[in-house]
Amino acid sequence: MPAQLLPDAETLYAELVKKIRADNEKHAKRFALVGIHTGGAWLAERLYQDLSTPQPPESRGLATHLGMLSVSFHRDDFDRIGLHTLKKSSDISFPVDGAHILLVDDVLQSGRTIRAAINELYDYGRPASISLAILVDRGGRELPICAQYTGITLALPKVKSLVFNRDSQGRFYLSMEDKRGAASGQDEPV
Amino acid sequence: MINRNPQLDANRALTHLLTTEGLPAAILLQILDTAETFMGVTEREVKKVPLLRGKSIFNLFFEPSTRTRTTFEIAAKRLSADVINLNIAVSAQSKGETLLDTVNNLSAMHADMFVVRHSQSGAAHLIARHVQPGIHVINAGDGRHAHPTQALLDMFTIRHYKKEFHNLRVAIIGDILHSRVARSQIHALTTLGVPEVRVIAPKTLLPRQVERLGVRVYHDVRSGLQDVDVLMMLRLQKERMQGAYLPSPEEYFKYYGLTPEKLALARPDAIVMHPGPMNRGVEIDSEVADGHQSVILPQVTYGIAVRMAVMAILAGSQSGDSL
Repeated sequence: MPAQLLPDAETLYAELVKKIRADNEKHAKRFALVGIHTGGAWLAERLYQDLSTPQPPESRGLATHLGMLSVSFHRDDFDRIGLHTLKKSSDISFPVDGAHILLVDDVLQSGRTIRAAINELYDYGRPASISLAILVDRGGRELPICAQYTGITLALPKVKSLVFNRDSQGRFYLSMEDKRGAASGQDEPV
Repeated sequence: MINRNPQLDANRALTHLLTTEGLPAAILLQILDTAETFMGVTEREVKKVPLLRGKSIFNLFFEPSTRTRTTFEIAAKRLSADVINLNIAVSAQSKGETLLDTVNNLSAMHADMFVVRHSQSGAAHLIARHVQPGIHVINAGDGRHAHPTQALLDMFTIRHYKKEFHNLRVAIIGDILHSRVARSQIHALTTLGVPEVRVIAPKTLLPRQVERLGVRVYHDVRSGLQDVDVLMMLRLQKERMQGAYLPSPEEYFKYYGLTPEKLALARPDAIVMHPGPMNRGVEIDSEVADGHQSVILPQVTYGIAVRMAVMAILAGSQSGDSL
């Protein structure tokens, strides 16, 4: 798919915010936002700005806390690809025990990253619940994982990698790349 | 056969850690950066990550050591590895088994990694050359040669307090001649770009031509400590305290022991390090060891994160395709 046919990430983001807000305001449910490095962390930061602000003003904001997760310690392909230099670590500075958590990532495919993220979260405590918000669900699940909130569902060629980016003004955009290792038949990293 | 660094695999990734000598700065920094991410693990409710689950790590200590062995053991357990401690000084070797026979036997028990301490320089190299691809070796101290994880945790400590290496004046003080720690420190400091590394010791405790390692030599501690940012003390071993090397521990303390008055010659924000165990009143005064410039206990804490990083990087390297 040429780049101009990819959906506009800002529009997808607005859609995602609308869905999260509608569902949680209906149930008056408040939650902590946790983004997965790197794309999910950008999304979670923006969601935190948008959802911690009360709407309407007399109500309380939906998002109570913001945290970041690195899934490096729980990847299932460590034996095959090893430990690349870790630059980002998890930063969870609120009590996870008993918390309702909305996990955020940019692209959902195999579901392996989400499995690793759930394991990482459990290293901090036992949450009351975990839900999942995803900007683009491109199908191809290898684990029984589904997102509660999705910006869009897109069928994409397997050999292509969908990359979520943030420009210098903080605006989101999507691009497409050839998957690394696709020629040699290797799986993509989780 | 091309002559290559036995610590690196065909992809120039670290597969054994034997010495800091000849390791590129990028690899030293990779270890320090990875250690940084492991620092938070001990503050979690679950103080363990599953990276080395199902791996067996053998601590082969041919020479007694409590602290180093314990920190390797804690590091391995935080990575979920199984750890087997072998105090070989009192087992097979005393029955006459050779080093390589011992290692062969342990490899047959499906070891994935060996952590080796030995009184002979080069013991860890010998084992690394001998093991099957996919088995990794960490040198935890060999003779007078090298102690790379100590040097790396020292670099981690320096970077933690001083942020950069390129603007520092670092002094190593004490028995340089017999110290594997000093050698590993000097190689790491110069590789990481420290512009001025000083060694301060009496002539009897300095190797000949030590200047060739890129250090400045001082015999007088007072001039050597002027304007220093980092002081790295070395342990004076008991057997060196008498005889040809030194007249007496008291005499050594008088000239080279780090007292508050000597420390005042360094920069006011200088940090004091020591690899432990300390001889209080010989190489360091208690007032300095326990003082506000001392970072000796944080060094021990950082040592665990650094050893976790080394083990995780080695276990993740695909050494099966080495040349």
